[in-house]
Formats: sequence, structure tokens, C-alpha cells
Amino acid sequence: MLHIVNKSHAQTSSLQSCLRLAQPGSALLLIEDAVYAATAGGAASSGIGEAVTSLKVYALQPDVDARGMGGKLIGGVTAVDYGGFVDLVAEHNTCQSWL
Amino acid sequence: MKKFMFVNRKPPYGTIHALESLEVVLIAATFDQDVSLVFVDDGVYELVKGQNSKPIGIKNFSPTYRALEGYDVEKLYVERESLETRGLTEKDLLVPVEVLGSAEMAALMAEQDVVLSF
Repeated sequence: MLHIVNKSHAQTSSLQSCLRLAQPGSALLLIEDAVYAATAGGAASSGIGEAVTSLKVYALQPDVDARGMGGKLIGGVTAVDYGGFVDLVAEHNTCQSWL
Repeated sequence: MKKFMFVNRKPPYGTIHALESLEVVLIAATFDQDVSLVFVDDGVYELVKGQNSKPIGIKNFSPTYRALEGYDVEKLYVERESLETRGLTEKDLLVPVEVLGSAEMAALMAEQDVVLSF
């Protein structure tokens, strides 16, 4: 299962609920405003700092760069480009977008 | 036949999500698919008894959840944590549901072919 979150963890509970309901070993792709959750400043409060130990966490690089967060991703988070996004979707049987 | 799961996480009237989800559920049921509905976070409010939306001028669509049985949609799951956080119990809900903990819910999600979020 690939989980996709696109909202800031500071604004909605989407990421929080995703982390509660994602099985260990599943993949989580952070896009759009959700990329803040994977930065050094946000990872502790968002729960991503802890989640990287049980989930495969990815962040969409163009969204990270657009927000000036390049180089601020915490360790354990893998940056992917649009092609990588497509690969992730293709590799997993199901995707769940947390609106 | 594919396993479709509809994940409902929004309250009923503030946005169109809850109603649209129901519409798609009925479509999926028409195509004889294995349909299950999940209610998590504020989505549990969709199932609360005694809704009266007349004063706000929006149709009360909550009785539709009781009609789902007629379309062979009988798998309704509610997350226990979401109910408890909101001070609700199964008795506050207008349809029979299965209450699951987060871990059981996560396992159920993982076995679906298609997951649609609302």
C-alpha cells in the first residue's frame, strides 16, 4: 500500500490519521504542503521523525524545492521526482490518498 | 469482483465529500463489487442518529446509510479511536456497524484492491 498525503500536518489531521492507520512496512509519499512534515523543523511535531523507522517515507522533490526546503529533509526520507512518483504508484497494488 | 473500500473522514454537511462518497458507493454496488465503507475521524459524524438538516436547507441523506443493505452493501466499519475521541458509542449510530481498533482497520485497508478517500 502506498499512502499519499498532500496537506500540512499543522493544518489538518490527514497525516496524523495516515500514520495511525498505515501498516508497518508500507510506503508514504509526501507531496504539496505535506512535504513540510519531512523537514528538520517539522519532523518532530509531524511524527515523520518517528515514522521513518517503520515506514518507507518519500517526499516529492519539486514540491520540496518550490517551498525552499531543499536540503532540509531529515535522514530516512527519500526524495523522488515526478518519474519516481509514477514508479511508486506502479510498484504498489493500492494507493490511498488522504484528503 | 474487486474489493473497493470507501474511507470517509469528513463531517456530513460542511463539505460535499460525505454525500459524494455515498453516490459512488451506490454506483460501485450497482456493478456488483465487494464494497466496504470505513468511517474514521470526523467521518463518524456521518452516521450519528437524529440528524435534521432541514433548518440549513440541505437534504438529510443519513437515512441512505440504512438503505445500503438493499444494495448488498453490508460492510460498515468504524474506528474505535475516532468514536471515543468524539464521545460517541455504537449506540449513537443509525446503522449496525463493526467497530475496529486502528490496527485491525489498517489490516483491512491493506487487503483492498481499491481505496477511495472522501
